[in-house]
Amino acid sequence: MKSLAELAAIRDKMKDKVVLREGTSDMRVVVGMATCGIAAGARPVLNAFVELVNDEGLAGKVTVSQTGCIGICQYEPVVEVFEAGKDKVTYVKMTAEKAKKVVEQHLKGGEVVTEYTIDSAKA
Amino acid sequence: MIRAHVLICGGTGCTSSGSKKLQSAFAGALKENGLSDEVKIVQTGCFGLCALGPVVIVYPDGTFYSRVTEEDVAEIVSEHLLKGRVVERLVYNDVAEDVKQHADHNVSLNDTAFYKAQKRVALRNCGVINPENIEEYIAMDGYAALGKVLTEMKPEDVIQTLLDSGLRGRGGGGFPTGLKWKLAAANEADQKYVCCNADEGDPGAFMDRSVLEGDPHAVLEAMAIAGYAIGASQGYIYVRAEYPIAVARLEIAINQAREYGLLGKDIFGTGFDFDIDIRLGAGAFVCGEETALMTSIEGNRGEPRPRPPYPALKGLFGKPTILNNVETYANIPQIILKGADWFASMGTEKSKGTKVFALGGKITHTGLVEVPMGTTLRQVIDEIGGGIPNGKKFKAAQTGGPSGGCIPAEYYDIPIDYDNLLSIGSMMGSGGLIVMDEDTCMVDIAKFFLEFTVDESCGKCTPCRVGTKRLLEILDKITKGDGTLEDIDKMEELCHYIKQNSLCGLGQTAPNPVLSTLRYFRDEYIEHVTEKKCRAGVCKSLVSYSVDADKCKGCTACARVCPVGAISGSVRQAHKIDQSKCIKCGACMEKCHFGAILKR
Repeated sequence: MKSLAELAAIRDKMKDKVVLREGTSDMRVVVGMATCGIAAGARPVLNAFVELVNDEGLAGKVTVSQTGCIGICQYEPVVEVFEAGKDKVTYVKMTAEKAKKVVEQHLKGGEVVTEYTIDSAKA
Repeated sequence: MIRAHVLICGGTGCTSSGSKKLQSAFAGALKENGLSDEVKIVQTGCFGLCALGPVVIVYPDGTFYSRVTEEDVAEIVSEHLLKGRVVERLVYNDVAEDVKQHADHNVSLNDTAFYKAQKRVALRNCGVINPENIEEYIAMDGYAALGKVLTEMKPEDVIQTLLDSGLRGRGGGGFPTGLKWKLAAANEADQKYVCCNADEGDPGAFMDRSVLEGDPHAVLEAMAIAGYAIGASQGYIYVRAEYPIAVARLEIAINQAREYGLLGKDIFGTGFDFDIDIRLGAGAFVCGEETALMTSIEGNRGEPRPRPPYPALKGLFGKPTILNNVETYANIPQIILKGADWFASMGTEKSKGTKVFALGGKITHTGLVEVPMGTTLRQVIDEIGGGIPNGKKFKAAQTGGPSGGCIPAEYYDIPIDYDNLLSIGSMMGSGGLIVMDEDTCMVDIAKFFLEFTVDESCGKCTPCRVGTKRLLEILDKITKGDGTLEDIDKMEELCHYIKQNSLCGLGQTAPNPVLSTLRYFRDEYIEHVTEKKCRAGVCKSLVSYSVDADKCKGCTACARVCPVGAISGSVRQAHKIDQSKCIKCGACMEKCHFGAILKR
């Protein structure tokens, strides 16, 4: 180790890999991964979120997690976004493509992608 | 892309309950489910809840699974990791009430009663990072303190920071660490040494082992900082050979640190050289005493020598040396990074920071906890430790191992720090905390610790070698019911003599278990002598078993279970115990369904 910069480089490279274990992020993205969700294609959606969150450098801020059946199987794959102090947002019939927009607009920009939410699906 | 981490405890406790097998089972199950690229398995150090091992934590949710077996692995993988359904039956569910009510999400580790009141400083990385991967330590700001010290601070600034922080030696003595460093720094010499005392010898104590197993780099980093502060280029870690996992992880850590240039020549290009070697101890308790430890590193028989000269002036190989305990070192990098004020804001007036305790004895959660100094015994035992099992009553807690003493129930609310414990005749010690309930005989406890010190006395000085032996003989006499009241007085006198005249800490503190039990439980000693009675029913010579003829149904169960054939009687007739044959094992009492066996 010849310099502090070298140490900082290793730290920054590794930080994203261990940040998962802190569990203190402000936002949680939860993907429904019960049998219905998986059958409807939740796996690629989950993986897309994990990758996008990392690529965008949001790993310290957003936790991507999974849950069981949310109970609205006809709308699977379902993704819910929890944020402290705000109402949860439920996205339905998600795809990896749609995930991109959610990450860009909602997770980064703080603006809900209304056209994917359950309310607009019902309407 | 990794989306979840499965942390498997690889500490000694969980390893012995089978965590190694879990690792391969998880690897297999993940592969089967095609999750190998999405879920990472991480072997970590101790989480602290050793009684519930093997422990597995799944992140990002922080789900805490306890007592996981190989058979459970497939279910965790297919349910939790694939489908996101937590396997409820394996979740450690002792969650604080207030959290339970508001839990609308998976309850995480930090919400549990066991962790909630804890403040993890020395243990901050234990159970979080993989101790065999230096990059994970670096990710947690590892070696940043060393970098800061070497590039921004002068040695005297480092020492001043430690002095300001109020950090005191965690090995038991409580000597201010900064002062120790200052003394060693002031002595001029061509060579100086930095030693780490990892010869953790108190029965039931495993704080240092867990730090070494879970976060070895923290100790290496702190030793390098110490080297810079006092002007030393060589360090030694004296660790007992009975800690194979700790030794193996230390070796890996030292090699990785050398590879990354964090030990060796010209660290961070500052011209500072520092290297560390391991010396294995053979498990002699006396080698935890600083002068004996250094004698042992030098390759001689581990015996203490008189002080002064103190190690700061003439230590290892006759050179100025500092010797600190593992836990002390583990605090230092964070004091450098977060500042003396941050550290001094925790704890009591004269005892700053936190202390790790190894909880053992009659307590629900046997394990490792770290709390701010000044936390009361009640909080540690009732809140964090989950209380005493089977509804028994708290009688006393033993701190400081064979050098310490007992804290009786009347001090249940005393804030634990160095000075308070000394004032009530115990000591902090390295942090062993053994909880005793009403089934514990205090005379027997004193005898247990004396047996230990008699065994471990190195024999160099007479007060310790002969004195402790005589002390044990008197205790033995009392537990057999042959003691006299004069014996108790004689014993007390002998205790003070040994304390005043022994060469090293081992002898000077050996009588403490006797003195403190005499101080708080003298009536029990007197009972043993005058009434020939052991109220806890522990001292076998004073206990007798008999059959209550009214309750006995003559089922013969007791006669069949008695290993020495001391019970006689025919079917449906009340049985009898032959006192001359009875070995007082209590097997008959356990077996009897009718409560007909009486113990006195």
